[in-house]
Formats: sequence, C-alpha cells, structure tokens
Amino acid sequence: MAEIPNLDYIKEISGGNEEFEKKFLSIIQVEFPKEKEDYCNLLEGGQLEESAKVVHKIKHKFGILGLNNAYKIAIKYEEDLKIGSTALKEDFESVLDTVQEFIVKME
Amino acid sequence: MKCIIVDDEATARAIMEELCGNLPDFEVVAQFPNALEALKYLNQNEIDVIFLDIHMPLLTGIDFIRTLKNPPKVVFTTSDKEFAIEAFEYDFIVDYLIKPITHHRFQKTIGKLKSAFAPALAGTGDRAHTLEGRKEEDLYINIDRRLIKLKLGDILLIEAKGDYIEIKTVQTTHRVHSTLKKIKEKLPESLFMQIHRSYIINFTKIIDIQDNSVLIERNVIPISRSQRPNLMQRLNLL
Repeated sequence: MAEIPNLDYIKEISGGNEEFEKKFLSIIQVEFPKEKEDYCNLLEGGQLEESAKVVHKIKHKFGILGLNNAYKIAIKYEEDLKIGSTALKEDFESVLDTVQEFIVKME
Repeated sequence: MKCIIVDDEATARAIMEELCGNLPDFEVVAQFPNALEALKYLNQNEIDVIFLDIHMPLLTGIDFIRTLKNPPKVVFTTSDKEFAIEAFEYDFIVDYLIKPITHHRFQKTIGKLKSAFAPALAGTGDRAHTLEGRKEEDLYINIDRRLIKLKLGDILLIEAKGDYIEIKTVQTTHRVHSTLKKIKEKLPESLFMQIHRSYIINFTKIIDIQDNSVLIERNVIPISRSQRPNLMQRLNLL
C-alpha cells in the first residue's frame, strides 16, 4: 500500500505552534516543486550525478513528511544515480507525484 | 549561545530554527544557504555554535570547517552517515545529527553543547566568559620558574602523582606541582575527561577501550567503575 504524506513530524517539532506549521508549508510549497523540476531537468539532460544531489535534498523532505519507505528508496536511488543507474526512477518519481499532490492540497 | 544555521535547504533551516527557538539559552542570529556566505559572516562576527549541513553547493560543510582558523562548536546536520567518522576527528565537532532531526535527538545535542561550554560557564556564569573559554587553546605550566606553553590538543593524559601531576604530551612528559582538581578546571570538557581518581585523559586521543582500561598512545589507563558510564555515554557507539 502506498504511503500517505503527513505532518506528524512537523507537528512534533512545532509542539502545536500553528504559525511555524504555516511557515513550513509555505516554504515547502516553493522549495519542493523547484527541486522536482531541477531533478527532472538534470535527469533529462543525462546529468545523473547532479540529479543525485537533488535527490539527496528531496529525500529529506520524504522523511519530514513521514514517507519512510520512500525515504529508503531515495537513499538507494541517490546512490544508484551516482553510479549511473536509474533503475528506481519510476518508484522515486511516483513518490514525487504523491508529494506534489499533497502539497497542492495543503495550499 | 549565539548560533548560525548553514543549510542549502530552506525547509531544513526552518526546522532547525524552530528547534532552537524553543530553547531559552539559544539565539539563532543568522542563517545561510551556503557556506561561503557563512564564512563572510564569521569573519566579522563571533558566534558560539554552527548547525552545519554537509552536502551543499559551492563548498561542502566538511571543506568549510577546514577553512576555519578559530572555529566555534559545530553540530553537523545531514541526511547520511558517510562523514560521521571524519567529522569526529575535529575537537570542535560536538554532534552529528541525521535528518529529519527528532525533538528527542536534538535535546541530546543540546546537552552535549551545554557540557562543551560548561567549564567556561562554571567560571563566571556569564556569556562573555564562555566566548573567551572557547578561545583557550593553550595552557601555561610553571616549571623551574619558566612558563611553558602547552597546546591543549597535544596533551594525551594527566596523571596524579602525590603532590605533583604528570602531563604527558605527544612529545614529552612534564612534572608540575599541582593537583588534578586544579588542572581539571583549566581544561575544556569537550576534550578532557577524568576517568579515574588519578587520571584525566584527552578524550580525542583514545585508541581503544577494553574492559576497564583505555589505550592512549602506549599508555594503558584504568577506568574507575563510577566513571565508566560517563565515558561510554560520550562515545559515538555504532
């Protein structure tokens, strides 16, 4: 079953501080789409090592949003990209879409 | 404590700011998306702690700390473990946090930071002294009316011998008329630890630990039963 993003971690960090939760959402709503776009462009351009760097940043966001399995996929995918393998591309990109949808809903 | 946050991810900076914001003794005075900007800031400002990401464009966190001449305490915040061993080669690295950083884990880091600043805080209780304490890298010892400078980082261990103490460095051993209690007050807790009533060791010089002793260079130092838990707590155990 596919994982569903959640804000449990953010709520734990904020201790109920709604102002921070809003601030966090406004940041991730800007940062994540940009990183997703960077990743896609780099991969399309065949720059696998550079795309691995973006995957590195994105994986943190998977962790923040409680996507533990996706986080593990991203770890493996990042390492794979460094050695030129895109075997986990579909798995990773499916999570990207899930996160994108979640973020849009939060707007 | 004045802190800065260096991380190319805005979400990571926001989370770290929130974690620090809940602490009465911590003030985040600046944030930077890359190490070069942080470097410029550090050239003109004095701070106590850097929360530092490793994987960053332009200059990595590891390369950044290599450029610092008088580094403050550093806590690495990163998404992987690959640099953990290298990070702890530096005395001023207090902790290595894996993202996402939990509240519980962050509290441990704060405990470590407080311990690292504890000797200076105990001296006068004010913050200015903390800043001065961090700068002390040398210790002057009085031998035959000569003040000899020792680099704290060169000290391996100190042994109590009656009315004297023996300070063993990488190069030599100095015999000084003093007590372990007195010298302990002059040593930063981030580097030194008393592991036995007759021994203070430089924590960073440990080669290995076996049962109730530690090996430092060729010296086998006993660990007292009461100090063993403290020592184990400070180790970055796998």
